[in-house]
Amino acid sequence: MSGPSHSLRSPLGRARGLGSAKEGLHHWWMQRLTSLALIPLAMWFVVSLIGLRQSDWEQYTLWISNPINATVMILFLGVTFHHAQSGMQVVLEDYVSSHGTRIASIVAVKFICYALAALSIVSVLIVAFGV
Amino acid sequence: MVELSLPKNSKPVKGKHHAAPSGAKNVKRFDVYRYDPDKDATPRIDSYDVDLDTCGPMVLDGLLKIKDEMDQTLALRRSCREGICGSCAMNIDGGNTLACLKPIDECNGAVKIYPLPHMPVVKDLVPDLTHVYAQYASIEPWMKTETLPPSSSERLQSPEEREKLDGLWECILCFCCSTSCPSYWWNGDRYLGPAILLQAARWINDSRDEATGERLDNLEDPFRLYRCHTIMNCTQTCPKGLNPAKAIADIKMKLVERAG
Repeated sequence: MSGPSHSLRSPLGRARGLGSAKEGLHHWWMQRLTSLALIPLAMWFVVSLIGLRQSDWEQYTLWISNPINATVMILFLGVTFHHAQSGMQVVLEDYVSSHGTRIASIVAVKFICYALAALSIVSVLIVAFGV
Repeated sequence: MVELSLPKNSKPVKGKHHAAPSGAKNVKRFDVYRYDPDKDATPRIDSYDVDLDTCGPMVLDGLLKIKDEMDQTLALRRSCREGICGSCAMNIDGGNTLACLKPIDECNGAVKIYPLPHMPVVKDLVPDLTHVYAQYASIEPWMKTETLPPSSSERLQSPEEREKLDGLWECILCFCCSTSCPSYWWNGDRYLGPAILLQAARWINDSRDEATGERLDNLEDPFRLYRCHTIMNCTQTCPKGLNPAKAIADIKMKLVERAG
């Protein structure tokens, strides 16, 4: 709860505030869907890493140039970063009460996550295609 | 930012000690939060040695004995003394509950009593509930219809439709749940909290109400509804044994159902 306010606005006016944003469902639903997708994807990633632990660079590149492996790897990276930015947004909304700082940090997190997602996906493609 | 430590001048200091009358054999100490924002610089914890042989079994009995016989300056709300009015909601032995329903002998060691957490304090154990009542008004907790009631009877409901209100109508608005919710602590200015969302679910699930969609519209908001992260403190603390977390999950599922 915020502390005592010195505004003369009525309690109901304050409770209603700017009204309902009429959104939030999509964000919440995508968070659930991405976590669901990450269960098999993360398991695949861990099992693959275990299988590759004795491998050298040649075997890694051979593995990632397999279309199935490259596709699942890109899905894993894309979904992970999407899930990360959406989870971080919730954490920032929870804990940062100043509106300006909140928006600025959410924008920064989104930019960083999508940049990292693009970078990691491009890296997979470069290795897979042996450019 | 989130308040992880108490704001300046909010840390309670040790207060007065009130001894039990001489000859009392069965004594239990009550440590009670005391604060008068008009007079006191900081809150204090006063301790009272209560003679349980001349006291009723519940924490409220102890508090009323203190107020009647030991210290009349103690302020608290109470009315029905049987768990139906919700007035004596407070934090007892580390959990939010109704003082009238909490047996003294369930408290280990001293009975530690604080007002409902994270609300402005009017005095001692009396929290300022203005905002949460306004939030209650904001969900428009009354039946909204365009269809006129049947001329010869009241609005009818099948037994199955009526059953959907079970677990919702019993809420007495004591706000133990909302004030136990970390999300409500951090964002209570905009998040409606479990008590109000359970009340919203009570009207959303009423088959006689014709404003279900409008009610869902007003809840679909990152702060009003989606600050609930299923922490479940609400359900754990509810002195009436209700499940606000389930009521909130039900609202979220109705929004999913509506979208696709």
